[in-house]
Amino acid sequence: MLRRVFRLLVKELLQIRRDRFALIGLCAFPIMELLIYAYAASFEVRNVTMAVLDRDHSQESREFLSHLVASGRFKITVIARDPGDIVRSIDSSNVGAALQINAGFAELLQKGRNAPVQVIFDGTDSNTALIARGYIEEIVAGLAGDRLRNRLNHLAPRLTPLLPEVRLAQRPWYNRDLRSRWFFVPGVIGAIALVEVLCLGPVLVVRERESGTLEQLIVTPLRPIEMLLGKAAPIFLIGLINVFLLVAIAIAWFRLPFSGSVSALLAGTVLFLFSTLGISLLLSTSSSTIQQAFAMGFFFVIPALALSGLIFPIASMPVALQWLTYVDPLRYFLVVLRDTFLKGSGIDLLWPQLFAMGLLSVVLFSASALAFRKSLD
Amino acid sequence: MTPGNGEDAGAIRVEGLTKRFRSFTAVDNVTLLVRRGEVLGLLGPNGAGKSTLIRMLCGIMRPTAGCVHVAGINVVEHAEAVRQHLGYVSQKFSLYDDLTAAENLRLFGGLYGLGGQALVARVQWALAISGLDGKGDVLTRDLGGGLRRRLALGCAMLHRPPILILDEPTSGIDPMLRRQFWELIHQFAAEGVTALVSTHYLDEADYCNRLALMSAGRLVALGTPHELRYAAARGDLVRVECDAPVRAAEMLKAVPGVHDVAIFGNALHVSITNMEPEAALRASLEARGIACMSIEAIEPSLEDVFAQRLGSDSREEPAD
Ligand SMILES: Nc1ncnc2c1ncn2[C@@H]1O[C@H](COP(=O)(O)OP(=O)(O)O)[C@@H](O)[C@H]1O
Ligand SMILES: [Mg+2]
Repeated sequence: MLRRVFRLLVKELLQIRRDRFALIGLCAFPIMELLIYAYAASFEVRNVTMAVLDRDHSQESREFLSHLVASGRFKITVIARDPGDIVRSIDSSNVGAALQINAGFAELLQKGRNAPVQVIFDGTDSNTALIARGYIEEIVAGLAGDRLRNRLNHLAPRLTPLLPEVRLAQRPWYNRDLRSRWFFVPGVIGAIALVEVLCLGPVLVVRERESGTLEQLIVTPLRPIEMLLGKAAPIFLIGLINVFLLVAIAIAWFRLPFSGSVSALLAGTVLFLFSTLGISLLLSTSSSTIQQAFAMGFFFVIPALALSGLIFPIASMPVALQWLTYVDPLRYFLVVLRDTFLKGSGIDLLWPQLFAMGLLSVVLFSASALAFRKSLD
Repeated sequence: MTPGNGEDAGAIRVEGLTKRFRSFTAVDNVTLLVRRGEVLGLLGPNGAGKSTLIRMLCGIMRPTAGCVHVAGINVVEHAEAVRQHLGYVSQKFSLYDDLTAAENLRLFGGLYGLGGQALVARVQWALAISGLDGKGDVLTRDLGGGLRRRLALGCAMLHRPPILILDEPTSGIDPMLRRQFWELIHQFAAEGVTALVSTHYLDEADYCNRLALMSAGRLVALGTPHELRYAAARGDLVRVECDAPVRAAEMLKAVPGVHDVAIFGNALHVSITNMEPEAALRASLEARGIACMSIEAIEPSLEDVFAQRLGSDSREEPAD
């Protein structure tokens, strides 16, 4: 049995080696996708264009503005002369934010009173607006802390050591983009593997059905389950190589800490690949054309990504959808990836995820073997 | 389960075999015995159900009803036990285009359980009979149509099956290469291999020991080419060249003593009994104002057999 599966595997690898496009695609596309997602899909906001109306013209107001610019988050592109300028530049979408410092800003600060600053955001891109607002609040808080410390230094020097918390509070803000990438990259690795396995199944299985070679295979002593394994083996190998390539990039290039157990990640990867292979083969054996298989794959991938917790937290989904996430293998693999990377977890903690993926694999493989038998009649 | 339950079991025994796709009956209650060592031609126009019948013989498709024994094994129940006894070449060319000839042979040889020296020797043999000696490293897609077909045949014979089933193995290749292909089939038959070969080329019928004619899913005639020619055609056959063949055919069917009329281009083949053909036919045609160019007695061909068996209106022109 294994000899026949091996024969088929050798044949698949020969075919892949002959197909230059496949070779490039199998290595380059996953890496490209990882880079694109890691860079494009972080929650970092930079260089928000800003209109500024400074009616105070004080040293304090200038200092405040220079802090904004120095943070790298904002770029002052319009110096407004009156409030009308501000409205016009927001309306014409010239700037993403506008800031107004009223006369008396410095005076209020010196008196130790609240010194209001008015900020207007273009809410069309509400995500950017929200994050940019966070940055401004953080910069204001930083400045306020500085002032507080300075004043305290004057009035009661011995109390200042009690204050550093004010500054510490900024830390998570400044690392926010980095953290989001750390959180995102392991998830993207899982998503890429999912899509890759789902695409390869139809390519390898339906192609044989379309070209008629499947019939020639069926009349050999090859059993249906051996045929499925022979198809699954090369996809599995490719998936495994890719996941580890991407993990290596995450560690070497994106400097993600990997503190968990390698065997947990390996077990998770193997079981995840098995369960997605089950889906991929099920799609392929129940389709008669590649287009049909891809169309069904597409309708599977979108919810699989949405329900996996890659982007939307599962805990905040409606209960019915939460139930649906239990049949999504990516849901479990994401936990394995994130926890081995970021929390340093091992098999002792991750066994429920591994078990769930194992169960899905068995069910899906059996289903695809049945679908394969049925498809012949 | 064990192959070969005596001589009379035949190599392939088909009883009441039927395949329906929804309401459409592709193979309709076919009963057929293929004897050991014979070359049986399965003839029929496109859509007759030849491929569907063959798929059921090979265990690729489950019959709706009926049963099939190949080498004494019930195919429906033990499809996997039949594999080693059967070589199959499907209608579509079905080796891997992106593998070389030798890689294809090694793959299929390996799947049939060959290995080591035995595999090497069989691959050499298959390359030799396909006319590909020393060309084992050529990609299959770069081979000509005739060579590809022979390679597929060599591939099906790697494991020395006693039974060979070929589905239109010669379609789309030129007549010279077709003859070479048939010579190969007979070479195997001489070694005791039973072959069932489907074709829609009537001119290949004479390469077969016996013929099974299929039409619209049914087996309509079975016999040697000679038997079919003479037993099938009742009485004499004359060829009539005339104006308006369609109208003439309608009319002649009503003439007493005329069994059957088939249209072949602008001529009619008319089978008749116990009458002076020429004068009677000419007279009836000219009475209706149809000019008659010539009337001559001819030998029945398989086309006539076909026309007669299938009925002239449902008949499809064999593509050639
Ligand atoms: N899988 C199938 N589903 C539905 N109809 C089919 C299928 N396979 C064949 N047929 C129909 O059965 C008839 C016989 O086809 P086939 O056996 O391929 O004929 P032949 O080989 O003699 O040309 C055709 O009309 C074809 O359309
Ligand atoms: Mg056919």
